Amino acid sequence: MAVSGEAGTGPGADAHCTSCGRPAADCAGCARTLDPPHYCATCGTRLAVRVSPGGWVGRCKHHGEVARS
Amino acid sequence: MSDTLQPVSISPRPGLAKASRPPLAADVARKAIRAAEVALLDERRMLTADELAELAHVPDSAVPSLAALAHEVRLSWCGPEVEVEGILSAKTGGCPEDCHFCSQSAAFDTPVKATPFLDTEEVLAAARETAELGASEFCIVLAVRGPDERTMGRILELVPLVKAETGLNVAVSAGILTADQAQRLGEGGVHRYNHNLETAASFFPRVVTTHDYAERLETCELVRANGMELCCGALLGMGESVDQRLELIEQLRSVEPAEVPLNFLNPRPGTPLGEAPIVEALEAIRWIAMFRLGLPSVILRYAGGREITLRELQIMGMTSGINALIVGNYLTTLGRTPDEDLQMLDDLKMPIGVLGKVI
Ligand code: SF4
Ligand SMILES: [Zn+2]
Ligand SMILES: [Zn+2]
Repeated sequence: MAVSGEAGTGPGADAHCTSCGRPAADCAGCARTLDPPHYCATCGTRLAVRVSPGGWVGRCKHHGEVARS
Repeated sequence: MSDTLQPVSISPRPGLAKASRPPLAADVARKAIRAAEVALLDERRMLTADELAELAHVPDSAVPSLAALAHEVRLSWCGPEVEVEGILSAKTGGCPEDCHFCSQSAAFDTPVKATPFLDTEEVLAAARETAELGASEFCIVLAVRGPDERTMGRILELVPLVKAETGLNVAVSAGILTADQAQRLGEGGVHRYNHNLETAASFFPRVVTTHDYAERLETCELVRANGMELCCGALLGMGESVDQRLELIEQLRSVEPAEVPLNFLNPRPGTPLGEAPIVEALEAIRWIAMFRLGLPSVILRYAGGREITLRELQIMGMTSGINALIVGNYLTTLGRTPDEDLQMLDDLKMPIGVLGKVI
């Protein structure tokens, strides 16, 4: 699943697993297909995710909108 | 956990519901399916509980025949149209209830973050998306035990707005209702109200402890008494037995739903059912067919979990009794792309239409 937004660039962009929030070094990737990301890739904070029939948006309280489809 | 000693499943086929009797012999199964065909298509009568129990035990090899009959029954009782619906979680997570399958319960530590009621514009945008996908129904879903006064106000504001802006029929799912709330929602233009039984009464306390089955039944009754269509769904794969699935079909019959959304458990991380095995694909087809044969006139909707459960058998479900689907994403999880589903309907030459209760 493509994850776009500002968290996809810059240092620390992939510091955390977006499915479980753990540091990337501790998770080899636990993403399930058909789940939107639930954690910010930069800071590991749980995202507020809005899912609608045609898409989804993930927002981090520190980094704003970090992912969308 | 040790690297060497991993737990092993002692069931040869994980994900199968426990049966209280062995599968029927092939010739007995064939006769049972023929008898059901005569009852449903020639005599046009509902099957008895005993007849349904017999059909639930046909061997795996007879499931395609069972499915073929269910498809005939659906065409005969409901017509060829397929109803398409979009759903939106307008208030996500933080629910005080403890439904063990649900990632939105505040009782469990799940990745789903609680978020407040969406803005009116966000709800309208989702409704427009739904309309563009060819849907006729849009369901506004709230993760609550029941609506408080503020929530009632928002729902009653949104329903006519969505209807006026998109032309869609508007459904609502907001938990347990009081008589007064049901009346106001009915008067407020709610076309269909969703309130699932989820599972059999005898299994319900295993998966929900914060409210009881009787409360669910009461809300179902209030919905119909106040002029709304009842959408009352099932969730299979929580560990219920074959007999309990049959019990659920009987209970659904008793509440007379216009629509039954059929969900298959998609185990959610952090919930008590997070590690449950998923329902096998052919088993899912068997139960889609069973629900159609038990509830011949309902709108039987493909709902959550179908992607991971059915995999390549997705199309087969459409010819096993299904006549409606949720298009696109679900409440907190994603679905197939709308294009895939719309292409599937096109390939099957199944027209998209609006369905009403036919009983
Ligand atoms: S009432 Fe609905 S939102 Fe709340 S825990 Fe149960 S299924 Fe989830
Ligand atoms: Zn992870
Ligand atoms: Zn962040």
